[in-house]
Formats: sequence, C-alpha cells, structure tokens
Amino acid sequence: MPQINEPDHGTGVVKKFMYLNRKAPYGTVYALEVLEMVLISAAFEQDVHLAFVDDGVYQIRKGQDTKGVEMKSFLPTYRALEGYDVEKLYVEKESMEERGLTAGDLVVPVEIIDRAAMRSLIDSMDVVLGG
Amino acid sequence: MLHTVNKSPFERNAFDACLTHAEKGSAVLLFEDAVYAVTKGTAPGNRVAGAELKIFVLGPDLKARGYDAGQVVEGVTVVDYGGFVDLVVEYGPVTAWL
Repeated sequence: MPQINEPDHGTGVVKKFMYLNRKAPYGTVYALEVLEMVLISAAFEQDVHLAFVDDGVYQIRKGQDTKGVEMKSFLPTYRALEGYDVEKLYVEKESMEERGLTAGDLVVPVEIIDRAAMRSLIDSMDVVLGG
Repeated sequence: MLHTVNKSPFERNAFDACLTHAEKGSAVLLFEDAVYAVTKGTAPGNRVAGAELKIFVLGPDLKARGYDAGQVVEGVTVVDYGGFVDLVVEYGPVTAWL
C-alpha cells in the first residue's frame, strides 16, 4: 500500500481533505453521500479526515438496526474505512455531551476533541466538504 | 388531534414548536430524526416531563438509530407501524410539524 501522506510518484498532489458530518443518519441522504465522497477521495490517496459535529455524531452510534425501516445500515461501511487507510476520525466532545453520548457509545475508534480543537483542525485543512 | 414531528430537535425547532402549540391531551408522534427528542440525557428529552400531551415514538426508527425502549425518557410510549395507524384513527386529523 502506498503511504497516504506521500505524493504517489509525483502523479498527484495530496491535499488535506475534511468531511464535516453534521447530519443524523437515515433521516436525510447526507451521511450516505458523504461516505461515498470519502471512499472516492481515499481511492485518490488524499489525506482524508472525517469530523463528526452536531447531529453528525449520531452517525457512528452503536447498535443501529435498520431492518425495521428497510434501509441499509452505515455501520459496516464505517468499520471498513480503516481498510481504505481512512483512520483520522474526530468527534466533537460538546456535540456528544448535548446528546447524552459517551465514548463507549461509538462504533469506531475516534479522537474526541473539544470545539476549540475542532475549530483549529478545520482551519488547518486544504479542502473542507460539509454534509 | 395527532401531531407528528420527523426532524431532529437539535437541528430545527419543530419539536419545541409542536410542544408549545399542541392542545392539552392531544397526541404527538415522533418518527425519523425526531426520535432523538425523547432519548435520555438530552435537553429536549427533559422537556417531555412537563408536557400535558400523550407522546409516542416510532420503534423501528429508534432501533435504526441504535436506541431501544429503555433509553427513552419516562412517559413516552413506543409504537410500531400498526400503532402509527391506530393513532391516526383514534386522534386524527393529523398536523405535521416539519
């Protein structure tokens, strides 16, 4: 596997991409569409960061069972991100607290950071795509 | 009257607008992203206790989002799709808060 932080034989520039998830899963199509974009940018060996803010934190909550609503669960895709070298996941602490969530409620390993740290992380990116 | 809400209380004020505009004794059904409004440990969930309304939440939407009935605040009844239909029959007409 090529190193994700290194340009691949000079064929392309590697930019710091952030996908800023702010929507709950299932109620709208945003979460699903962002996941598609994440996989595409990972295929192009970009430096991918996923952030979960506001209702976006609900996307990675454990125990999602979508059989009753006849929709596809996102959880297997989130678990598979590691295989695409997408390992930089950040969750905003304040957003979790407002929703009564703790680290144990989340399905994938993430870095929990506060709002100030999220602000500077966003500022450090080359490209930020919201959803 | 049956009032329905399907949007997250953290993203829009439809849930609060419904609580403040529904007449005492009427029914409120929460589904899709509105189910988060009655989960324990949240500010919207705490607002349910004072409401003189019959509040229901759709079970399949709760489960899809990783919640079970035990993680719903006291005083809220979990219903299935058949229960949704029964509520329409018993309390209709329906007002949808979008």
